[in-house]
Order: sequence, then structure tokens, then C-alpha cells
Amino acid sequence: MSHLLREHAPITETGWKTIDEEARERLLPGLAGRRLVDFSGPHGWEYSATNLGRVEDDDVSPIKGVEANRRVVLPLVELRARFTVSREELRAGDRGAEDIDFDALDIAAQSIVEAENLAVFHSWPKAGVDGIGECSPHDAIHSDGGVEKYPAHVARAVELLLRKGIAGPYGLALGREQYTRVVESAEHGGYPLLDHLRKILEGPIVWAPGVKGAVVLSMRGGDFNFVSGQDLSVGYESHDSDTVTLYLEESFSFRVLTPEAAVPISPLES
Amino acid sequence: MGFDQYHEPPQELPEETRTFARLCASLTEEAEAIGWYEQRLAVERDPEARGVMADAVGEEYKHFCMDLEFLLRRKPKWREIAQGVLLREGDIVEHGEAAEAAAGDSASAEAPSSELPVLAGTLGIGSLKEGQ
Repeated sequence: MSHLLREHAPITETGWKTIDEEARERLLPGLAGRRLVDFSGPHGWEYSATNLGRVEDDDVSPIKGVEANRRVVLPLVELRARFTVSREELRAGDRGAEDIDFDALDIAAQSIVEAENLAVFHSWPKAGVDGIGECSPHDAIHSDGGVEKYPAHVARAVELLLRKGIAGPYGLALGREQYTRVVESAEHGGYPLLDHLRKILEGPIVWAPGVKGAVVLSMRGGDFNFVSGQDLSVGYESHDSDTVTLYLEESFSFRVLTPEAAVPISPLES
Repeated sequence: MGFDQYHEPPQELPEETRTFARLCASLTEEAEAIGWYEQRLAVERDPEARGVMADAVGEEYKHFCMDLEFLLRRKPKWREIAQGVLLREGDIVEHGEAAEAAAGDSASAEAPSSELPVLAGTLGIGSLKEGQ
């Protein structure tokens, strides 16, 4: 039995299958980092840290004549978001109902998506994660002039990357507000803004909940690495006569290997 | 000692694949032993010898099941098909065909990347980057 304790839950095989499918459906659209950066793993729940191949400068030896330096590792972060499911709803699912109420799962999934994106694209100091935007040495491109100026901003970011010798294709992660405004906009002549941006990037444009503004980054590989310990899973916590409490869980770390391979764009001015 | 379980040069295989191949070889050996004991028991008349061999084949059953469980934990698609076939009443072939079709339809059926350990209960999302 794994630490997820799924076997202890009062949930049938059919119920688990439905919950897993619903969880995947809710998580997949927003996991922007995984669409743009390298992914390593999953290495398993027991995997706790990534080797960085370095040691700390401080000599911690208590004995004269002996040098001692601690290894530097990047510890993984555990994410967990709890949600409840009504047992009556689960029983309905076992009878074949197709409209089971998974509202709480929806909220938990969105929270996990935002936390993962925040770690990848910005930073999470308390977890020791420095994200893409935080590490980038480039000043954020100021997003003035409304969404219609986005092709100019993205082109400027791509040109900056090319100048630094960072090859494409390039991807674009857009925060909620930016994504909506880009998708609904057309340039003069009716040409969809989204298509114009794709032509500049030669790579994907992804919806990235939790991202403030946008980030243009190279997708050539080897620049950003999402290290997965245990990939996203559903575990069991407790139950009573009415509800079952479950949780979404994963462990991961994130490394920026080439800080200059990304350019942030500031949030749109309203 | 031979290294027949490797079909490809071992030095080119990831460690996880070598482990997987070893357990596949072990599973084959346990199945072979079960077959041998079945034949020996069919011809042995000495009750004491039969008792010893009946006990021994029980060990092989256990080893076979442990090997199989290890392998299924690392191959979600194989596990899914096994769940549709094993320990069920009814037509084995029908169950097999249905389980294979269902696993083929499932986007989460195969491991997200290479042969790395996959926890039971994982949603199998892995990388969403095209080409990785």
C-alpha cells in the first residue's frame, strides 16, 4: 500500500476511476510549466532532493587538518490540496450518474495549478524555488499600450533572446487576464492576435493561471528543468458518514539552468 | 552467470530498464518452475516427496505474484489491462480484448516518461511539452 492510502477510502474502483479522470481533466489545461519546460521524473515519493554537484563554501570541520564542506542539494517541495466528495454523490456515480458534483475538486485543482505555475514562472522563496521570471537577468518588458501592442512586446523579447544566442522555438506563458485579452483580440484587418504571436514565437502560447503578466522563453531544451518526485496523485485522508476527504498531491523542484533564456513581460495596464 | 535477460546492450540501458528486465526474467523463471513442479507432481507417487514439492510450488506461486506486482506497478497500461483480466469470472479472451481496448482509449494508460517508478494512484500527467 502506498502512502496515499487509497485502499482505506470507502470508494469503489469505479469511483476512483471517475475521481482520477475528473482530477486530470481539471489539472491539464492550466499546467503551463509542463508545456514549456523540460520535465524530469517522476522519481517517486521517496525522492527528496536534486543533486546540484556543488558544496557550501563554509568549512565545517571540527578537526584541524581536515576540510569539510556540506553538499548543496535542491530539496523537493510537497504540494497538497484537500477536497471533499459527498458519499451520496459517489454512490450516484456507482449507479451510473454522469453529473457528479466535484466542485471542491475543481477548487483544489486550480489551487495546485496556480501554485505550480507560481513556482515555475515567478518564485517561491520560502520553498527555495527561484522561478523563471525571478532569475531572468532581463528587465521585464513594460506592457503599455494595451493588448494590441503585444506582438511588438513579444517580438522585442524574441529579438533579445536571439541577441544573447538563445535559439528557439520560443513559448509564451500568459496569465489569465493577458490570455483572455489576447484570445479575444484581432488586429487591424481582422487577423487574430493569437496567430500573429504564434508566427513570431514559432512555439506554443499557453494559458498560465497564477502568472502575473507573461513570460517569453526558449523551448530549445536544457534551460529549465521541472523535477518531479511524485507526480500529481489523489490520496485519501478521512471520511465520515456523509463525505470523504481526499487530497491532490505532488512533490517537485524547479531549476533554472540558463537564466537569460527567458524574458518577462509586465502585467497589462488596465 | 549469463546476462540473457538483456536484449539490447546493457550499458546503453537506463538502470530502471535493467531492473525491469531482471524482474521480467525472474517472472519467467517462476512460471517455468511452476510448470516443472506441476509435471513432477503429476508423476510422483511418494507422498512425502509430493508434500515437499507441493510446499515448494507454493513458494513459486508467491514469487511469481510478487514479480508480477512489481512489474505492474511500473507499467500503468499493463496494470490497467491486468485489472480487466485477472481474478474475474467469465470469458478470459473477452475480458482481455475489452481491457486492451479500454487501456488503449485511456490517455493516462502509459507511463509519462521512460521506465521511472510510477506510484499507484498517480494521475500520469508528466510532461506536456510536445516532443518530450
